[in-house]
Amino acid sequence: MSDHTVKSYDEELAHLTSILARMGGMAEAQFAAGIQALSKRDDDLAQRVIDGDSRIDELDQEIQTFAVRLLALRQPMASDLRQIVSALNISGEIERIGDYAANLGKRCLILNHLPVTAPVAGVVRLAELVRSLVKDILDAYLEQDVEKAIRVWSRDEEVDEMYNGVFRELIDQMTEDSGTITASTHLLFIAKNVERIGDHATNIAETLHFQILGTQPKGARPKGNTVGAPE
Amino acid sequence: MTEMAQTTAATRTAETVASRLSRRYAAERRFRALGLGSILLSVGFLALLLGSIIDKGWTGFLQTQIAIEIAFDPQVIDPDGSRDPVTLDTADYAALVRNGLVARLAPEADRATRRDLSALVSTMAANQLRHMVTNDPSLIGTRATLWLLASDKLDMVVKGQVPRQLGADGNSLNDRQLGWLGELEQAGQTRKTFNATFFISGDSRAPEQAGIWGAVVGSFFSLAITLLVSFPLGVATAVYLEEFAPSNRWTNLIEVNINNLAAVPSVVFGLLGLAVFLNVFHMPRSAPLVGGLVLALICLPTIIIAGRAALKAVPPSIRQAAAGLGASPLQIVAHHVLPLAMPGMLTGTILGMARALGETAPLLMIGMVAFIVDIPKSPLDPSAVLPVQIYLWAGSTERAFVEKTSAAIIVLLLFLVSMNMVAIVLRKKFERRW
Amino acid sequence: MNMNAVLPQGSSKISAKALDVHYSEKQALFGVDLDIRAGEVTALIGPSGCGKSTFLRCINRMNDLVDGARVSGSLTLDGTDIYDRIIDVVQLRARVGMVFQKPNPFPKSIYDNVAYGPRIHGLAQDQAELDEIVMTSLEKAGLLNEVKDRLQESGTSLSGGQQQRLCIARAIAVEPEVILMDEPCSALDPIATAKVEELIDELRENFTIVIVTHSMQQAARVSQRTAFFHLGKLIEVGDTEQIFTNPQQPLTQGYITGRFG
Repeated sequence: MSDHTVKSYDEELAHLTSILARMGGMAEAQFAAGIQALSKRDDDLAQRVIDGDSRIDELDQEIQTFAVRLLALRQPMASDLRQIVSALNISGEIERIGDYAANLGKRCLILNHLPVTAPVAGVVRLAELVRSLVKDILDAYLEQDVEKAIRVWSRDEEVDEMYNGVFRELIDQMTEDSGTITASTHLLFIAKNVERIGDHATNIAETLHFQILGTQPKGARPKGNTVGAPE
Repeated sequence: MTEMAQTTAATRTAETVASRLSRRYAAERRFRALGLGSILLSVGFLALLLGSIIDKGWTGFLQTQIAIEIAFDPQVIDPDGSRDPVTLDTADYAALVRNGLVARLAPEADRATRRDLSALVSTMAANQLRHMVTNDPSLIGTRATLWLLASDKLDMVVKGQVPRQLGADGNSLNDRQLGWLGELEQAGQTRKTFNATFFISGDSRAPEQAGIWGAVVGSFFSLAITLLVSFPLGVATAVYLEEFAPSNRWTNLIEVNINNLAAVPSVVFGLLGLAVFLNVFHMPRSAPLVGGLVLALICLPTIIIAGRAALKAVPPSIRQAAAGLGASPLQIVAHHVLPLAMPGMLTGTILGMARALGETAPLLMIGMVAFIVDIPKSPLDPSAVLPVQIYLWAGSTERAFVEKTSAAIIVLLLFLVSMNMVAIVLRKKFERRW
Repeated sequence: MNMNAVLPQGSSKISAKALDVHYSEKQALFGVDLDIRAGEVTALIGPSGCGKSTFLRCINRMNDLVDGARVSGSLTLDGTDIYDRIIDVVQLRARVGMVFQKPNPFPKSIYDNVAYGPRIHGLAQDQAELDEIVMTSLEKAGLLNEVKDRLQESGTSLSGGQQQRLCIARAIAVEPEVILMDEPCSALDPIATAKVEELIDELRENFTIVIVTHSMQQAARVSQRTAFFHLGKLIEVGDTEQIFTNPQQPLTQGYITGRFG
């Protein structure tokens, strides 16, 4: 699409997108670092993840303020309106992702100091899958690629299935060895949070679909069987 | 770097502007001085014109009278004592005046002296006595001191319009007459009073008896005819051309012609009037009817052009508003456009009328230049009009007509100024803001 | 009297099919197909010279006043062709009222302004009925409280916003079925604009309204349907919400987001 007649409007929209991209990249890195801290039992890394969350919150605030300013001063219409409203929305989603990553870091610190440990491989696999979703959806946002967004959106089912697997695995672990209950429960919460991050990625996909096409994606949201996972 | 460049550029701009500033202001001052100068020049000429006219003309509104004791001698008026109205009317009142003058100034007068004495008073004096006697026959046999209208020659000398020296330019009084005048003046038997005659009588060969009333009435009749003919025709034409006529080659042609007619010399219209109204329709010569018709032809283009301008000045939004409510074209014009344009049309008409009032040349063409003493009773009677009267008097040889001419010009100018004032007042009063 | 009563809301009141308009040699509208629904506000938007005002002025045949204007195609009001011989233009304009860009009250009293339409169409039997019509119209136009003590004052003495509402009162005094508004707020300040917009929203109940506006915000605020014109063509028409959040045509998108050429 061609540029706005008012050049500074284009610059402001680009600025909004760039903050959002920075924020997304930061959240993705936080999440990746959290996963690494979990698998490597790295206290320092976990602590850095916890500390890094405030930066994401700041960016979220910046986006909120900037978007409200654009709404008030530019009175955007149509695609511009959708872009700004979507930015507000996606910023909120990314902020949540950042929160979950920080939570992952906190639980890592606790897990690292527990005397007894439980196997983390399943949770890490789940986390890696979700991380790829987050990466894809952020790429889709930067490229404004609806197809990619829809692919992310439909892969949420995959996440749910894997989550159910991890869930059962951890329950079995606790039943077999009551000494690992504390560690397993923490892992269970981590798995739940990671699954939530996947949900947020799906939300971003939906928002992106609306931003680009002006409609919500068609059909029911792909939702795997999460019987074992109490909400 | 860029900032530096910008700063130097800005400084250069400021310097360049400042260096030219004084020249610009000087040019402005010159322009203003030029405008002011031209205004002063034209005001000066106007003052000169008005000053000379008023200086020459103001005495025209005064007349000289001399007081003489008159004996209403029954032997002269009514030797039979019959008091027959015809006898009273035809009696030799001039003899009474002459006798009074003789008794006062030269009791031993011979025939030539008597003639010189008679020349001191206007022939109006005898008429004045006749009037008194026919109204009141009981005056016969009595004596009375009366203020009698002086002759124009005496008038001129008393007003100082001609020098008192014997034989001076314009002074036709002889030695004896000047002596008598001095005698009367010393006895307080001369006075200058308001010249009512000038406003209530028609033209006359005798300057002291000449008045403008005939010409005023003639002008009034002419203008009435002009107004009656040109205003409805002009308004109707303007409305049709502006509001209804399609814009095509014919209407353009008509428009161009109307504009050209406004510039045609008025004497041409006079020739047209002569050819059409007099020679074809055999209308009465010298009549205000024909004069009015000719003036109407002269006014029409002005009224049409002013009318169209007034119609154009009515904002289209008013027409659209009315049309949008479902008003028909005639309703739009009659209810909205015409009432709003009327002040402008009236202004144009009054200005046209003022022009018509001052027109002379076309009226000469249709014979309104005749010497007419009677006050016209109807537009069909022969008559003069003010500017023609001025023209006639300006051509007269008598010295006394000079001040009459100027006095008549003052009256004409007063009429024109008041008509223009009415136009201005109308415009101010009905001026609208949209 | 009011035809809208029998027409269900949302049915087509005015319908244009392949409407072309020429001004002398220049073509101003190209094959416009547009349905205006009864009881709704339809906004016509587009850049200057796009033909939206031309379309508006076709509906009450104001284009008749322009020399060399030629209309072809079909434009119907309640199924009757507006340009049919049997339609009298005076009668048409009594059914289709108009409010103009610049407030243009007659330089007459407020009362006479409103009473003018009913008078020329003979809508009132006597003075009492005329008074009634004038009062109701001023009331509907939300102007009565402001002017009821000075009905004999000149309409031009009112403020701009009041003048425009007076013009609306004048238009609705004739009880038209359709009211055309040609940028009615372009000369008004925001407060006066808001009052007129509120009025338009109220009038929607009884009249079908077509409004031309340069302010997209205004179109978004007052209309239910929006039509976008560009270079004499109708580019897109749809529900206002859809046009302003998700226009389907790139031209529409470009215009309303301010990216135009």
